[in-house]
Amino acid sequence: MMQGYLRSDGRKGIRNVLVVAYLVECAHHVAREVVQAFRGQPVHLIGFPGCYPNDYAFRMMQRLCTHPNVGGALLVSLGCESFNRTELARHIAATGRPVETLVIQENGGTLRSIREGCQWVEKALGQMAEAPRVGMEARELVVGTICGGSDATSGITANPAAGRAFDLLVEQGAAAIFEETGELIGCEHIMAARAARPELAPEIVACVNKAARHYATLGHGSFAPGNAEGGLTTQEEKSMGAYSKSGQSPIQGILKPGDLPPTGGLYLLDVVPDGEVRFGFANICDNAEIAELMACGAHVTLFTTGRGSVVGSAISPVIKICANPETYRRLAEDMDINAGRILEGEATLEEVGREIYEKILRTAAGEPTASERLGHQEFILTYKTFEPVGPACLPRV
Amino acid sequence: MNSTDRRLLRLAAEDNVLTAITRLPAGEELWIDGEKVRLAATVPLGFKVAARFIRQGEKIIKYGVPIGSAVRDMARGEVVHTHNLKSDYLPTYTWEQQAAYFSHSQ
Repeated sequence: MMQGYLRSDGRKGIRNVLVVAYLVECAHHVAREVVQAFRGQPVHLIGFPGCYPNDYAFRMMQRLCTHPNVGGALLVSLGCESFNRTELARHIAATGRPVETLVIQENGGTLRSIREGCQWVEKALGQMAEAPRVGMEARELVVGTICGGSDATSGITANPAAGRAFDLLVEQGAAAIFEETGELIGCEHIMAARAARPELAPEIVACVNKAARHYATLGHGSFAPGNAEGGLTTQEEKSMGAYSKSGQSPIQGILKPGDLPPTGGLYLLDVVPDGEVRFGFANICDNAEIAELMACGAHVTLFTTGRGSVVGSAISPVIKICANPETYRRLAEDMDINAGRILEGEATLEEVGREIYEKILRTAAGEPTASERLGHQEFILTYKTFEPVGPACLPRV
Repeated sequence: MNSTDRRLLRLAAEDNVLTAITRLPAGEELWIDGEKVRLAATVPLGFKVAARFIRQGEKIIKYGVPIGSAVRDMARGEVVHTHNLKSDYLPTYTWEQQAAYFSHSQ
């Protein structure tokens, strides 16, 4: 039986980390120095670099600072940025988590802020250790999936294996979230056919069409040169491979970053901004998507890779599934699962899918992932604009 | 449709390209749909080869769906990649294209 950290909203965390969040790039150094003083302890750096306000970024920070894996938060402000630090601190405090705001301009500058930040973190870690632990079941998990550093093996080994793990999670009643509508271009009608309710189907198509328009305006999709080097030729080909991460379950609904899945089942996360194209690329790298999956409450993220990504994340563990047996041999210590065995005839898709599912449960029970052992804490958050999802997008609870 | 080399994976029955599940060296002779083919170029792991003659403008089918269009005729056993296949949605960027762009803009 897993043990979760019980939070005031009833959700349970599989980790109990303290986040140090800078509220503008100008406060980044102070925040990072505080985090570095706690190397090896569960103190993670997150932040928003912009000075101008943005509803999306504010909502993301609210969700991330009250993520079930987070037990407390230190907010680091320069003092003059637009981020509404008071409102964020109030929101976190209302959940019962310890929270403190350091304003560098009011606090005597860099060194005094770092010192005070460290003192507070020390104290807060002690408080957080008292968080109640209670039994937790697989059905209470929220799991995200993303692919990065994809090559032509991703779509035939790691992605469909992650899809099998998703099917097993959904069978247990857990929520599973797949994303990147820009990597689903060309698959929209196949996906729409899997909508759990008829009114959801056109929403799925509209969501992918929006992504296609967004990328067409920018003139550049999610296709990276490394993808071509790895044997992928077109966006559609990459999409079909990426799509197999979703497994076979019916699609229950569409989420936007920060929406919590209202029931178990499979959800599509729409990460492409609404409205006119304003702030550039939808996701400037994989870590932006991991942050968005976390903002939807993902306890764990499955990361499939053919070329060999090494990233992890702040806040919640990333399980890396290597698609390519040659890559696995080069980067074994960064990987949790070798799905490349499927190509070499040493394992079936079903076996690797089951292995991923079991790794998720062990991770939830406390076993560190490769990226956690290596200390990865990648995090990025930039500007976007979103409108709320329409009524057809979510199941009635 | 049988007698295709086991090192070439067909992902859906209607596919006109096959995926190499291991590196196949140039000059290798193998069977594709009952016909013996000698590979003109090395096929790296995960790359595609044409399962039959494909005419310029034809859709390339993988996973049972179109993944783009052929920009020139291809012979059975020919590597299918950025030189002869293009997306119907978005351009594909490669390192060569980026290098050309940056050398041009300097």
